[in-house]
Amino acid sequence: MRFVPVTCEQRERMLAAIGVRSAEELFAPIPEEARLKRPIALPEGLSEVELAAELEALAAADASGLVSFAGAGCYDHYVPAIVDAVVSKPAFFTAYTPYQPEVSQGTLQAIYEYQSMVCALTGMDVANASVYDGATALAEAALMAARVTKRHRVVVSSTVHPEWREVLRTYARGGTIEVVEAPAASGVTDLEALRAHTEGAAAVLVASPNFFGCVEDVRVACQLAHDAGALAVVAVNPILLGVMEAPGVLGADIVVGEGQPLGNPMSFGGPGLGLFAAKAEFLRQMPGRIVGRTVDAEGKPGFVLTMQTREQHIRREKATSNICSNHSLNALAAAVYLSAVGARGLEGIARACIAKARYLHDALLGTGRFERFSDAPFAHEFALRYHGDVEAMQSAMLERGYLAGVHAARFDEALAGVVLFAATEKRTRSQIDAFVEEVASL
Amino acid sequence: MSTDRTYRDLGRLIFETGAPESACVTPPALDVPEPDLQTVLGDAVRREPPALPHVTEVEIARHYERLAGLNFGVDTGFYPLGSCTMKYNPRIGERACRLDGFANLHPYQPAESVQGALRLMHELQEALAELSGLPAVTLQPAAGAHGELTGLMVIRAYHESRGDARRRVLVPDSAHGTNPATVAMCGYEVTQVPSDERGGVDVEALKAALGPDVAAIMLTNPNTLGLFDENILEVTRLVHEAGALAYYDGANMNAIMGKVRPGDMGFDAVHINLHKTFGTPHGGGGPGAGPVCVRESLAEFLPDPVVVKDGDRYVFARPARAIGRMRSFAGNFGVLVRAYAYIRGVGGDGLAEVSEQAVVSANYVMARLKDAYDVPYERSCMHEFVASGARFRKEHGVRTLDIAKRLLDYGVHPPTVYFPLIVDEALMIEPTETESLETLDAFVDAMRAIAEEAEQDPDRLRGAPYTTPVRRLDEARAVKEPDLAWRPTETAPREA
Repeated sequence: MRFVPVTCEQRERMLAAIGVRSAEELFAPIPEEARLKRPIALPEGLSEVELAAELEALAAADASGLVSFAGAGCYDHYVPAIVDAVVSKPAFFTAYTPYQPEVSQGTLQAIYEYQSMVCALTGMDVANASVYDGATALAEAALMAARVTKRHRVVVSSTVHPEWREVLRTYARGGTIEVVEAPAASGVTDLEALRAHTEGAAAVLVASPNFFGCVEDVRVACQLAHDAGALAVVAVNPILLGVMEAPGVLGADIVVGEGQPLGNPMSFGGPGLGLFAAKAEFLRQMPGRIVGRTVDAEGKPGFVLTMQTREQHIRREKATSNICSNHSLNALAAAVYLSAVGARGLEGIARACIAKARYLHDALLGTGRFERFSDAPFAHEFALRYHGDVEAMQSAMLERGYLAGVHAARFDEALAGVVLFAATEKRTRSQIDAFVEEVASL
Repeated sequence: MSTDRTYRDLGRLIFETGAPESACVTPPALDVPEPDLQTVLGDAVRREPPALPHVTEVEIARHYERLAGLNFGVDTGFYPLGSCTMKYNPRIGERACRLDGFANLHPYQPAESVQGALRLMHELQEALAELSGLPAVTLQPAAGAHGELTGLMVIRAYHESRGDARRRVLVPDSAHGTNPATVAMCGYEVTQVPSDERGGVDVEALKAALGPDVAAIMLTNPNTLGLFDENILEVTRLVHEAGALAYYDGANMNAIMGKVRPGDMGFDAVHINLHKTFGTPHGGGGPGAGPVCVRESLAEFLPDPVVVKDGDRYVFARPARAIGRMRSFAGNFGVLVRAYAYIRGVGGDGLAEVSEQAVVSANYVMARLKDAYDVPYERSCMHEFVASGARFRKEHGVRTLDIAKRLLDYGVHPPTVYFPLIVDEALMIEPTETESLETLDAFVDAMRAIAEEAEQDPDRLRGAPYTTPVRRLDEARAVKEPDLAWRPTETAPREA
């Protein structure tokens, strides 16, 4: 395929206008020693029909269309057709960051509306235009809390997703923050042990539901943070906020989350959508792009990127973060999704997920092959201990067309035998019944 | 974007559309018993429903169609935004990333069920290694700035593994703002290195800045002036002699494919912006992807996971001394699919043609504009060039911002303005290889017409744009009276 419209004859005219005989002259500043003296060692290009066939063959080598009971941070929700219809509009996906507001009102207003929806879900005052994913949102929240409190140490519950905790530790490698983990007891944060770590901390970071699907006592966790002068950072699942209390009501200072469940395909784990919202008093320490509403020279309403003195292109090494983009298109998908379902739809979807997870949980326990991992209440995901070889079970179920949960041992050897199961509104009773029957028959 | 019709309902929010009872999607009837929420969630049950829109599907369709009509994208017209490589986004990539076998994969599926996806990632790793001249690749970073952070963390881990604590990173004064911001996030201090009179790194100043406490230098070459640094081999040699490593900001890779590779210039680590060089869309700000390629000696520090070939199957693996993880899961896979499709479709020879044409087009535009605008460095450019509007400010009180806004009336997206910081009233112009001669000529004509207007009717420029959906926005008010989210109780300001 070729996307260069200039013809040979035009190119000659261009070279003449430049005043060189060949394009090669323009590359003269490249030292001879450094030059690539051979063609690029990549295969020749393909025609579109050949390329399409190759891509389809690669995609066909993957098992898709599985009946999925896997979650652990990425969820198989239904994406309404209108979502893709909107994010497929070239005016949205071929645009850049809206630096020129006069010709970017579409992107800017869509982000403003997205920010508004994130605030409504989380009970926060301000949201940014999104960051890369939930894990980096958590790490950015920890760095922000350190700036706000002028403290160095953050306390994260060990019930937060293991990959998110690892991202947090990786972001801390530069010594900008120190990360301490508070232990868990039977699938939930040990709040007494957490209290022991909070003195002098910049932030307390918890997730609810947590990695094991369990609902945490967010109100108490926030209180513990505030008692020690730390900020309370709460990670959420946005679908479940249709029925779960907004963290803002429970005392959170910063709310983060993975927004993929809101209208974005799983896409092998990326791109995701980092939800990031905070109380208004912390606005000037927030990372990332923020859109504000204002008026134009004629008094017409309009939107702009604002509060930019926090950002790298102005503040350079003193910026609140090095981030200079957002996951705008994923945020757009989330906004369309939330508009499509509305508050009642979101509640209904969350209720359906919870009901199906409960039904699956009870049915799996009923096979006698599993036992409880935790007695704590859970929402749409839960952990069970499997009496047997988890890998063999998952492999056998894969052959039958099922994704039989996520083995927690992939994150922590100590969790060998523990399987995380999730159910979304897409799963039907007959799928669950058939799945449980197959698992029982192994 | 059409400029000849009245824009209706400007500023009207989706929250202000539809009736309170309206809904679009309803969940299916429940086919399992519904547990009592209070019992399941206890105190965690929500009391007030979130204030979300209440609209039907047709209202959503029209709302976003209206918003799309207010936007300018690559499909709308010429977008010579310097440093951003706004080339055309081939549609095959859009189709490919939506294939069921890519879009509907769970990240923790067993490796045997995702061999196609893993193979695609592995081949993309190999292609980027070939193009960068650096053999080990992580596809994990979600953006260019995220790649910078990854690369610098890897460099930090490398020094630490040798018990060699270093604390400073050198950044030229022409660098992207993300470079110094990344340095700070990585816990290092920034030392700025000045440019010389030819726009390259001032070698004497570099020698003075180097020392045993310098961990790395971050450079882009061609640099942000669009100039190739002729001393690059000496620069990287001096850096290595001081025990530091050289990091390459790959933002400007579109200039050099087939000509020179960062690894061969002496760089140890590089990030590549797939959304620039490899034609994946910018999405109104993202998602992009910023894979990082490193030298063999740094490979063991790359973040978890990388894709490796084990016999004839592909698996995720954790490098021996991985810095950790830069995000959840393996990368912005949907973007990786598009970049892979681009590279396969265009091919090795095609990529060389891409860079050559990008450089020819930039030089052509520069040649045709340099009598009307000042070009501060009198030499050929690479894929972009920087002009200065300083003369117009001095002589006519017209700022570069005014020139940029006036371009909007000519149906062109303005270049990057006021960057790099070392050029007064900078206009950074990157045409890319996907624009026709006709488009380039139309741009040149518009720029020349604006230069004339600046002399004859400067007020015309100061008031521009006139034909866009909104005129210049009051940015001071946006900061002074922050309105960052709609609240259910308020009535929004509406056009009379």
